[in-house]
Amino acid sequence: MGPQGSRTTRTVKVDYLARVEGEGALLIKLRGDRVEDVRLKIFEPPRLFEGFLRGRHYSEAPDITARICGICPIAYQMSAVHALERALGVAVHPQVRLLRRLFYCGEWIESHALHVFLLHAPDFLGYEDAIEMARHHRGVVEMGLRLKKIGNHLVSVLGGREIHPISACVGGFYRVPAVGELKSLEEDLKWALEASLETVRLSARFEYPDFEQDYEFVSLRHPEEYPLNEGRLVSNRGLDIDAPDYEDQFVEQHVKHSNALQSLLRKRGAYLVGPLARVNLNFDRLPETARQAAAECGFAVPCRNPFRSLQARALELAFACEEALRIIAAYEPPAEPRVEATPRAGRGCAITEAPRGILYHRYELAEDGTILAARIVPPTSQNQRRMEEDLRALAPRLLEQTPERMTWLCEQAIRNYDPCISCATHFLKVRLERD
Amino acid sequence: MLVIGCGHPDCGDDAAGLLTARRLREMGFQAAEAGGEATSLMAAWEGREDVLLVDAVLTGAPAGTIHFWDARSAPVAREALRCSTHGLGVAEAVELARVLGRLPARLRICGIEGRRFRPGESASPEVLAAVEKAARLIGEEMTCTNRE
Repeated sequence: MGPQGSRTTRTVKVDYLARVEGEGALLIKLRGDRVEDVRLKIFEPPRLFEGFLRGRHYSEAPDITARICGICPIAYQMSAVHALERALGVAVHPQVRLLRRLFYCGEWIESHALHVFLLHAPDFLGYEDAIEMARHHRGVVEMGLRLKKIGNHLVSVLGGREIHPISACVGGFYRVPAVGELKSLEEDLKWALEASLETVRLSARFEYPDFEQDYEFVSLRHPEEYPLNEGRLVSNRGLDIDAPDYEDQFVEQHVKHSNALQSLLRKRGAYLVGPLARVNLNFDRLPETARQAAAECGFAVPCRNPFRSLQARALELAFACEEALRIIAAYEPPAEPRVEATPRAGRGCAITEAPRGILYHRYELAEDGTILAARIVPPTSQNQRRMEEDLRALAPRLLEQTPERMTWLCEQAIRNYDPCISCATHFLKVRLERD
Repeated sequence: MLVIGCGHPDCGDDAAGLLTARRLREMGFQAAEAGGEATSLMAAWEGREDVLLVDAVLTGAPAGTIHFWDARSAPVAREALRCSTHGLGVAEAVELARVLGRLPARLRICGIEGRRFRPGESASPEVLAAVEKAARLIGEEMTCTNRE
């Protein structure tokens, strides 16, 4: 990292953006005190997975799409099975529905613990990375590691293994756990719930930049539950649709500087998905303990500060632990782990809440169950334009900073989104230019 | 000795570690697989004395070069291991474990030099040949270790 350039142009270049999954580049051009350009490039190869899926049998889709991301494979499996079940007219057993929620809780716990403790907290405690932070805050890192491990364990009990789990299928699961297998997780989850509430309190002591944006928050909303697998897609600006109407309201746009697609609301442009959007739109659906912890820490909605997404993740950690305990306490294995589906021609769409925000899948099937077309819109492409707009708003504040500090603030602003660019790519390069 | 092959099965040479683990199992040895995410790796080696991680690397050497590093004696080259598709990967697992006192008594890394990592690509011929060679070398050592 270091300043480069001629007398008229100043460029700050960073070789990669640490603690963000994937590869990409950020260019911010400043002229005087004006932001001339903000471009977040994501070098996304063609949407290979949509191509892989064409011509494959529908039953392969959950396992193929799970490989798109090593951090959130369950989200891909869940959106796939729900969309395919809609196409095939399959209704699952109520206990299977609950097991899927439990499965998702495991992924939220592991993903949020990783991001809060190992990727995001170092920004607020003033360390370059989790390794440096661990030298001075060993207890915090150990707590994060144990939370993450508990999430991993829950995922492996339900999914057969931690990485690219293999048990979820259209109609249910290939194998469901015995009562004892889930009960054995209870003690750890009770600890995890307490640790999550402690995380909420810890996050309240961090110093957050004074920065707010007028977001359109978009998330699922369910009549009774905090959303994971089901609900209507809503926003704070009147959006209220079911998954099949998603493509009427949203469009993916190709921008010249990036070969990834940016998703926009057709009528209003950029929008925000993920923990901060979910908490803002579903605060009343959080369990009482999480709402109380939020109140004690002075966290209230609406919250329009993207840096406080860390607090939203902490609240969702508490929700996921409590929800997992609730489901385990009431669990009775279904008589059959799955409902057999009969292939038929059809079209099915679904949206579920991945840790980073909504994940849309659409499938079109032939009569024999072959996939004719697939469409996948991941959370990172939904947030990409919003990330650029945050950086555009933040950029004027960068003028008085040193190049190192400028770069660090940009990286921190991107980390607010926990972007999983690795769904497609490797590392992010940041470049700041000043005329 | 615990062997853990790391990587992504669908990103070209990033599969090198996984392919080595699979080849070892075909040869009758035990070998685990992991995506390479740091905290899961740390959990995988918990309580083990002697661990060998196998992963794809990018050091600038010709594709297919096999490196062996002793991770206990010196910090691992984080840049070399950055070709795996994880934010906190193998190098971070080792360094975080070093700070937290969670390193196994013996920890080595077998790095297989890759050259292509795009999603959807298959592993390169050079890496496939190196996987065969690495599996043979590791297998020989496991045979000796078991005899001891």
